[in-house]
Amino acid sequence: MALYSEKVMDHFKNPRNVGIIENADGIGEVGNPVCGDIMKIYLKIDNGIIKDVKFETFGCGSAIASSSMATEMIKGKTVEEALLLTNKAVTEALDGLPAHKIHCSVLAEEAIKSAVKDYYDKNNVAYDNSIFKGLDNATACHRH
Amino acid sequence: MPAIIMKKGRYMKIYADNAATTKISKAALDTMIKVMEEKYGNPSSLYEIGQNAKNIIEEARETVAAALGASPREIIFTSGGSESDNQAIITAAAIGEKKGKKHIVSTAIEHHAVLHTLNKLKNKGFSITLLPVDNNGLIDLEELKNAITDDTCLVSVMFVNNEIGVIEPIEEIGKICREKGVLFHTDAVQATGHIKIDVGAMNIDMLSLSAHKFHGPKGIGALYFRKGIPLTAIIDGGAQERGKRAGTENVPAIAGMAVALKEATEALESNAEKTIAVRDYIIDGLNKIPYAELNGDRIKRAPSNINFCFEGIEGESLLLLLDDKGISASSGSACTSGSLDPSHVLLAIGRPHEVAHGSLRLSIDENLTKEEADYIIKSVKDTVEYLRNMSPLWRDLVTGKRKHIFEEY
Repeated sequence: MALYSEKVMDHFKNPRNVGIIENADGIGEVGNPVCGDIMKIYLKIDNGIIKDVKFETFGCGSAIASSSMATEMIKGKTVEEALLLTNKAVTEALDGLPAHKIHCSVLAEEAIKSAVKDYYDKNNVAYDNSIFKGLDNATACHRH
Repeated sequence: MPAIIMKKGRYMKIYADNAATTKISKAALDTMIKVMEEKYGNPSSLYEIGQNAKNIIEEARETVAAALGASPREIIFTSGGSESDNQAIITAAAIGEKKGKKHIVSTAIEHHAVLHTLNKLKNKGFSITLLPVDNNGLIDLEELKNAITDDTCLVSVMFVNNEIGVIEPIEEIGKICREKGVLFHTDAVQATGHIKIDVGAMNIDMLSLSAHKFHGPKGIGALYFRKGIPLTAIIDGGAQERGKRAGTENVPAIAGMAVALKEATEALESNAEKTIAVRDYIIDGLNKIPYAELNGDRIKRAPSNINFCFEGIEGESLLLLLDDKGISASSGSACTSGSLDPSHVLLAIGRPHEVAHGSLRLSIDENLTKEEADYIIKSVKDTVEYLRNMSPLWRDLVTGKRKHIFEEY
């Protein structure tokens, strides 16, 4: 069996939503160059709807594929819906990831949360801190 | 992505991972099939069919010995490089322990077959000194001299590093060990068949080699041990290999290894000359990529080895995209190994983690053409550029938010 599913390879080789958004409403960056992966998500939000999303990723094939898939999954959704996106959902949408690559999908979930938090902070939206409690460690290398 | 160039109506396929393994030579393969068909006897059996198989082994032993400047009685066959490394180190430790010497000197860039064996010995009360290497991957001979004490029972230094291709000063190390009366083992898995070896002139006491690194079959190797060294068996159960390695001999593989080694040794100089020319051409080509640096000494370098670090990208994605272009290569990134840290060798030569993740090893052979070399250079250049364009780390480097680690060129 190949290392990655066909879906992972498709999203890796033909990543959707690569790039940046000038004047983005929310930007989230997680990961660390020392660990070998960084994900950055840019959100364009209008009336609480994610009108556009772009990503930049430094990392392995599954990190790029997870970013691509995650951006597809939140495009056109409300900000609150985006916050409900789990790494498990990203992994499932990719038809699975090897055990030692699951942390890539975690990064994707965290990057989106981090971008939404940035949007909330910029727009003085009140929120429950517990939604973002996982982000404090988002720059540490993921042990697996 | 640029279109894949076509060759004779097919995608160009380039195997550039010869340090991982090599394609078996036709002569070795033919020999193996012939041996399997005709010399199927058990070499330990006394009748003719058995003795015919035994003769194949002894002829192979002579060939392997001749390639190293050793005598046939100084060679035993093993399952490969890892087993040879294990047995050599365990042997030296057993000899040392009898004399109350429980210190071993090795290097930070050894193969895990050596490092893990040393770790086991450490847990059994041995003290281990791992010599550092300089930025080019070379050990310092003065440091080696200083590291050897009255308690030292073994110095183990690899001949050629598998990742960065650096050739260690084996002859000088051998001389120092001889003067100090310490056993010297070298893991010559990447050197055998590619670089001239003379165990006598180089004062090597034990040497590990593996057939599949020189176009021989997998699962077979040899350990050279200087006459008089009492080997410790690590596989018990029979009198094969004079009791030093039990188990019915892998006769076809032994025969195939001997054929491959003879071929490689005879063509060693012409192969090296051809390979070095193409290697240097590729290194010059890749050096034109901004913020890229060669890993390992430029001159004291295995003919086949090219290893670069590229800022701003990660090695696994580079490998996968090169594979998509028909190029098989390797990387020292953590992602490719499934571990958290990048290659211990790249860290040992001083590469920071973030750069070590972006490494690429190409290990070519003598058959690589200039056309293929051009294709490799262009593919790597395009792929690095493509990945940098989607890398937030690269953006930070370009915009000055982070500082570059390498010079531009």
